[in-house]
Amino acid sequence: MTEATETPGAHGEEPSRRDFIFIATGGALAVGGAFILWPFVDQMNPAADTLALASTEVNIAELEEGQEITVIYRERPHFVRRRTAAEVEAAREVNVANLPDGDARNFNIAAGSPATDENRSAMTAVVSEGVEIEDAVRASLLVTSANCTHLGCVPTEGAGDYGAWFCPCHGSHYDTSGRIRRGPAPENLSVPVMTFTSASVLRLG
Amino acid sequence: MRLIRTLFIAATGALAAVGLATAAGEYRTPEDYRFSFDGPFSSFDRGAVQRGFYVFNQVCAACHSLEHLSIRHLGQPGGPFHDPEYPNPNDNPVVRAIAAEYIVEDGPDDYGDMFERPGRPADGFPQPYANEAQGRAANNGAYPPDLSIITRARHYGAPYIRSLMMGYGEEPPEGVTVGEGLYYNPYFPGGLIAMPPQLQDGLLTYNDGTEATVEQMATDVTEFLAWASDPHMEQRKQLGLMVLAYLVILCGLLFFTYRQVWSKVKH
Amino acid sequence: MSGPSTYEPKTGFTRWLDSRLPVVRLGWDSFVDFPTPRNLNYWYTFGGILTVCLMIQIITGIVLAMHYVPHIDHAFASVQRIDRDVNYGWLIRSIHAVGASMFFLAVYMHIFRGLYYGSYKAPRELLWILGVVIYLLMMAAAFLGYVLPWGQMSYWGAMVITNLLGAFPLIGGPITEWLWGGFSVGNATLNRFFSLHYLIPFLIAGVVGLHVWALHVPGNNNPTGIDVKSNRDTLPFHPYYTSKDGFAIVLFMVIFAFFVFYWPDALGHSDNFIPADPLVTPALIVPEWYLLPFYAILRAVPDKLGGVLLMFGAIGVLFILPWLDTSKVRSMRYRPLARWFFGFFVLACLGLGWAGAALPDDPVPGLGAVGVDFLMMGRVLTVYYFAYFLVILPILGFVEKPASRPASIEESVLGNSSQSAPAAVPAE
Repeated sequence: MTEATETPGAHGEEPSRRDFIFIATGGALAVGGAFILWPFVDQMNPAADTLALASTEVNIAELEEGQEITVIYRERPHFVRRRTAAEVEAAREVNVANLPDGDARNFNIAAGSPATDENRSAMTAVVSEGVEIEDAVRASLLVTSANCTHLGCVPTEGAGDYGAWFCPCHGSHYDTSGRIRRGPAPENLSVPVMTFTSASVLRLG
Repeated sequence: MRLIRTLFIAATGALAAVGLATAAGEYRTPEDYRFSFDGPFSSFDRGAVQRGFYVFNQVCAACHSLEHLSIRHLGQPGGPFHDPEYPNPNDNPVVRAIAAEYIVEDGPDDYGDMFERPGRPADGFPQPYANEAQGRAANNGAYPPDLSIITRARHYGAPYIRSLMMGYGEEPPEGVTVGEGLYYNPYFPGGLIAMPPQLQDGLLTYNDGTEATVEQMATDVTEFLAWASDPHMEQRKQLGLMVLAYLVILCGLLFFTYRQVWSKVKH
Repeated sequence: MSGPSTYEPKTGFTRWLDSRLPVVRLGWDSFVDFPTPRNLNYWYTFGGILTVCLMIQIITGIVLAMHYVPHIDHAFASVQRIDRDVNYGWLIRSIHAVGASMFFLAVYMHIFRGLYYGSYKAPRELLWILGVVIYLLMMAAAFLGYVLPWGQMSYWGAMVITNLLGAFPLIGGPITEWLWGGFSVGNATLNRFFSLHYLIPFLIAGVVGLHVWALHVPGNNNPTGIDVKSNRDTLPFHPYYTSKDGFAIVLFMVIFAFFVFYWPDALGHSDNFIPADPLVTPALIVPEWYLLPFYAILRAVPDKLGGVLLMFGAIGVLFILPWLDTSKVRSMRYRPLARWFFGFFVLACLGLGWAGAALPDDPVPGLGAVGVDFLMMGRVLTVYYFAYFLVILPILGFVEKPASRPASIEESVLGNSSQSAPAAVPAE
């Protein structure tokens, strides 16, 4: 309020009635303003129809050993790889303690689980009731995000120091379990939520 | 306070003017019916919306689309099958089961072919006709309108839909010739409608034991269509109450602020 | 701006800023210390209310444009998606749609207040003309925005209004085709209407800036219409009018919120929830309520070109109003005859709105027995509308004997107990 309206003693020891009304009004305006902001912020979050489309089904029956396909899940590419026995073996031999990122980064299991290959592969996927699927198949399947955890480029298949993925943008090397081993990327490639809805269909999301 | 009164009079005058703009086409004013959702604080009757969905599915869906709705909407907050345990309607088992009953065309698959699969909550409700021309051809030239927003798209809204569904069976007044493929319904603008009467007592059996009279079914399906037209109604009314309460309090505070500021000057 | 600036920068930074870019000084002189007549009543709060309305429309509009698809195949569905799936989309769209009506409600209050208190008269002619420009831009924005949902009323409203321009001989045809970007209202039309609908509010904001500037040179008019004579006639804008405007704005928001939350469809038309269909015309095409009076004037003339010209003339006449009113007295508070004619003018505008909403051949309730239909009512009121500006106001200035007026704003507020009966001030 300007000096023009100030009356002597209004700012004395205790706040006057006048001050109380001004403070209450200002407070009410501030609180209301903060609430009004929310709808205008929230409208930019994914809409209900966008969230609802967030699942993708992958036909795994025709995926041969050593073959890899890229599918789109939640608007982002994902690697679906049926690994060879040698690749699985190589991934299992790694000492988790020496990894740059020891977290499994797998949405199927608890956050902070160790980044063992068993914790990364489709062994962690939910198997729907009545669906039978061989353990070897589940262990060989690896599904990860195809966006490098550094700045989002898509790594090249079958390249890099570990014979799995290599990101050409800034030189990140991933192993056959999709774990970061060398380069600027901070995290392992994340594993989405997966369900075997039948022996041949893996649903992401 | 004279200002408020003036504003109010101006607003009512404007509304009266808009209301008059509907006189086109002779038809009977729908029967006044108090729906569960009519009042400023009232909500949808979930049982009625569920039964209405059943009627829609069994009767209306053969010819009418629900283009702007997806199956998942049934399980969203305010929807007939919403379950607080499943904030994401895609996970709601009731909604999933309803979705799975539909056969949906999807594709193209890896070979470029379209294929059919059971529906999922994210799918839209299947359209009865591939396109408008097919719909017209199957219905004597009249296209069954989409029902997604039907209660907001008709002047008298929900009471109109209810009266229309119950309005068959009267003898047409003298001088009105009912052509072939047309039916007399005094609530329809012009009185002649291409839709045959759909409801009859005991047409279907409700799960909850409610007796399926024509009036019951008409009321229920209207309740469902009212929800489909305005699915956020309950949220709107709840939020509105809070906003209005806030604004009234703020208004009072500002009034006292204003009086306080002006208390020292004569004006 | 009237009088020297009273702003005194106190800190080092504000002094530094003030000598380079005196924005704080501008704001201080315009909205804090600005001398404002002490007798402004609630009718003078609509300027502030309108500013808030414009801001609400711009903010909600920018948000809606993030979700809206300006294509004839997707526009209707994208609006439905906003209502159903976008987080709080139903709320934001409702605010935008109701907000258009509230904006016009407030602007009509603002215009009629200006007409009653003579705010268009010298030295405020340009202020008034800028206001009419804003009103024109508002109508354009409202019309363009109504097309965007691509419902039946959108399509046929666009069809009818664009066809109006076809009334002009020779240039009419090419101009309509140029506006459409095709052979009829179509996708190209929708696209450009969206683009222009996004542009116009910013033009309005610009003209509002000029409007406020033009207001702050002569200062506010006031209910007495008497010029400010001394600083005893005025109060600083802040806190006196910020508090009064603030109260009025929130009071207005209560009405606004009531419509948004409890009656969102009341001010719209149900036909606009039916997707646009170029093959089927709705039984009755009416514009939104705020354009109905002009629609009635359009229909009052049996000739197409005549109707269009008269409709544009109804707004055009506002531009020359400052020179049509010959009275030396500003406020109708002191014009015993003019205030009656003004009252009839307000009723005529409401009646024109009523006539615009109705079918022309329908009898007017209560007057049908004597053969008055809405077409005839519209014609009579149209004649009065123009007569008010072109005949009544010019003549009245010469024949009317104004009532006695106080000598100053201060006297009108504080009374004149010190003086004996005031001498009637003759028209200067």
